[in-house]
Amino acid sequence: MNAPLVGLSPQRVGGRDRVTGAQQYVADIRLPDVLHAKLVTLDCARARLIGIDTAAAEQVPGVRFVMTAADLPQPVPRFGPQFQDRPVLAVGETKYHGEPVAAVAAETEEAAAEAARLVRVDYEVLPGGVFDLAAALDPASPLVQDPSLRPNDPLAGTNVLREHRYGWGDVDAAAADIVVEHDYAFPMVTHFAIEPHGFMAAPDGDGIAVWSSIQHPYWLQRILAQLLHLPLSKVRVYAPDPGGGFGGKQHAKLEPLVAFMALRAGRPVRLILTLDETFQAVRRTSAEVHVRTGLLSDGTIAFQDVRADYLIGAYADIADRVVSKGSYPACGPYRTGAARIVARSVLSHTTPATAFRGFGNPQVNWAVESNLDDGARALGLDRLEIRLRNLARRGEAFIPGDTPADGDWRESVERAAAAIGWATPLAAGHGRGIAVGIKSGPTTGLSLATVRLLADGSVIVYAGTSDMGQGARTVLAQIAAQELGAPLAWVQVVMGDTAIVPYDQQTSASRSSVLMGNAVLGACRQIQAQLCAMAARLHDVPPSAVTIEGGVVRLPDREATILEVLKPGLGRLGGELIGNGESRKEEEPGHPLSGRPAFFEFNCTAVEAEVDQATGATVLSRYVTVSDVGRALNPLQVTMQDEGAAIQGLGHTLWEHLIFDEAGRIRNLGAIDYRIPTTLDLPLEMHSEMVENGDGPGPYGSKGMSEGALLCVAPAVAAAVAEATGVVIRDLPLTPERVWRALTGARSPAQSETREPVLAGPVERR
Amino acid sequence: MTTEALACTVNGRPYRLAVAPHHTLLDVLRDQLGLTGTKACCLVGECGACTVIVDGRAVNSCLMLALEAEGSEITTVEGLAREGHLSPLQEAFLDHGAVQCGFCIPGQLMAAQALLQRDAHPTVGRVREVLAGNLCRCGGYGQITDAVMAAAERTVR
Repeated sequence: MNAPLVGLSPQRVGGRDRVTGAQQYVADIRLPDVLHAKLVTLDCARARLIGIDTAAAEQVPGVRFVMTAADLPQPVPRFGPQFQDRPVLAVGETKYHGEPVAAVAAETEEAAAEAARLVRVDYEVLPGGVFDLAAALDPASPLVQDPSLRPNDPLAGTNVLREHRYGWGDVDAAAADIVVEHDYAFPMVTHFAIEPHGFMAAPDGDGIAVWSSIQHPYWLQRILAQLLHLPLSKVRVYAPDPGGGFGGKQHAKLEPLVAFMALRAGRPVRLILTLDETFQAVRRTSAEVHVRTGLLSDGTIAFQDVRADYLIGAYADIADRVVSKGSYPACGPYRTGAARIVARSVLSHTTPATAFRGFGNPQVNWAVESNLDDGARALGLDRLEIRLRNLARRGEAFIPGDTPADGDWRESVERAAAAIGWATPLAAGHGRGIAVGIKSGPTTGLSLATVRLLADGSVIVYAGTSDMGQGARTVLAQIAAQELGAPLAWVQVVMGDTAIVPYDQQTSASRSSVLMGNAVLGACRQIQAQLCAMAARLHDVPPSAVTIEGGVVRLPDREATILEVLKPGLGRLGGELIGNGESRKEEEPGHPLSGRPAFFEFNCTAVEAEVDQATGATVLSRYVTVSDVGRALNPLQVTMQDEGAAIQGLGHTLWEHLIFDEAGRIRNLGAIDYRIPTTLDLPLEMHSEMVENGDGPGPYGSKGMSEGALLCVAPAVAAAVAEATGVVIRDLPLTPERVWRALTGARSPAQSETREPVLAGPVERR
Repeated sequence: MTTEALACTVNGRPYRLAVAPHHTLLDVLRDQLGLTGTKACCLVGECGACTVIVDGRAVNSCLMLALEAEGSEITTVEGLAREGHLSPLQEAFLDHGAVQCGFCIPGQLMAAQALLQRDAHPTVGRVREVLAGNLCRCGGYGQITDAVMAAAERTVR
């Protein structure tokens, strides 16, 4: 009972339900008297809506109603985390392939689907849809967003939503011995969580209850309260653990629509998206990044000049924040003499881009790390050495005025290099790559937690974090168990109900172990203080003479377990002890990101690969990932997250890209045509390590982690491919076709490499 | 809605059901029998989230009409534990950190179970091959493979 739990890897809390099928995801929850909803969408991206005829649909037995924009409050309410731009249903015009124009509510899913097919939408396909950066930036192209939504914005007459400028020093005056300049492209990819999005809503007294696989329940609660003109206390958000989120389930999507439908019906309404509809609902921002790197002949980085254009979707969602936060640390974890970063979020008639693990950093890191490799090659320097030369040391303000380097990052790099055998001879046809990356942790934050120590010593933790696979429940339970001397099995963690669980800002930026962890720790400390006072009273000593650690109460002349104090302390009336904790990180006005990051995630990835010259397929013979985590609260979960991020990143590195046609329709919706990693894509040897120096701001010196590994996959793999084949490719993904064409072009320059692979069919667009 | 009779056994329990002819085995398991452990994802037999065991073989239940299961013995994830005790395979998944978000896990378990019923000591390569049809976006393949291999070891008598 007194053994430390933090730092061990007990079985996942909530794991048993997941292996028995008992875990209730949103689609598994059965509400009585529920109506099933089905979306009506168009087979094109951009269309002018002329009329919607619901008569035939309403005739289908079991159909209760068809909701259109005309049935909503006028003007149609708009919402969004950064800009209130997304209408609850398309108004006057659809702006992306899959934007809902109407929704059917029926007694059965089949009736709803049949009726949805019978809804007659009279529309006119609008020409000149904007589906890639070139088109979006062309002044002759139509505007994606009505300029009236951005009054007083000088960019309102363009498709550039925001332009962000960061930097220091004078790039144009900086002296450099060589300048390396290239363009890099990062594809449009989608989250493809195995759980498709799901939403339910039901009238709840004079308020509303909403179920969603949402990562930010309190943010959703706020948006719904505003849209429905309800007080927060009458909006109850149930957030079942998502079946994978990765950022795609952070912000409101169709909950507002389902809520309006439920209020109209007076009954619960349930909308579970198909996988195809999920693909149309969320994606990562794609990007074209132009990097100019100035280097001295010894490899010192003299300057970085980075222009990153991120293509976001028709509605901003959180994508502009992705752009700003992702591009701000574009120079990477290095000492950089001078920097100029210009990053733009550019609107398009495509699926709204949103947060995705890595939050804008993978795109820029792909470019900047690859460019550094090019510089090393040009200077004849070792690619490990050039990184070690420039790597920021602990305490260095590598971004002037900002959080200094908060780890011994060199240690991670040296361990990764050793694990990959960087200095050892390479087999013929093999190549090695190494890459580093940092991601900013949360810049602001607020997490509240309540902990109850019950009369028998068992514990209930209330924490608003979303456990979507990262194991938050387990880590928070470990902290409470250790601090209150309870066995892990005696700790219950309650999440996912805004009516019961106190406020948590959000689950993102790898923040929860640190922010919510500290809140839970704080709540436990409050309980410990009450126990000390209790023990002092019982044993007639001053409270200052009593301490608690790891479930043991230390008095001047004896030790007692918490239970030995609690039982007599509570007395005949019984009861419980309640503690509240708060983790607050205030905004810093004037900071470009509204605050310095609480910590950095740092990762070093090293890869050994070979390429099948006949097919262009990349085979990863050895993969090493090392992350600087401060303290691993649960080492097995750290490994799961680090390796999981690496596997996920192989997707955008080697196969994944959404393919759009001339009409802006996604052509590879669904699992058959969109290739994500499988078991057969595991590197032949996979090795992960963690650096623990206890130097994080979280409980017991921990830092957040789980996104860092994603930043480094592409540049490390591409560098290995470059060494193995002699060919450098700057556009992701490194599909077998793209690699093969590059190899062919290198062998016979007459068949020169094209930037975009030509497919037998619709042309791929980014 | 016209229905047809279906007699089958699910997790050892016999059922006589009236099912719509066009409903898949996945539909019937989840919506008629309330066994929501088996998941719906791609619905085209590519992701494996809907994997169940029918007469000893792993099957994508989204691709099988319910009526095709006439007279069959079906096992779903809810049928793996015995009287509340997790099977060695389920325990191995928990011990080896194979479970992250958990949504793919029922399908992974059933595909692995079907394999181990036929081949008690598969090679790592065989396990990867058999599980290639079960997508895990959390990227837990390494831990999942380790868990299956460990469970295979545990069945050594």
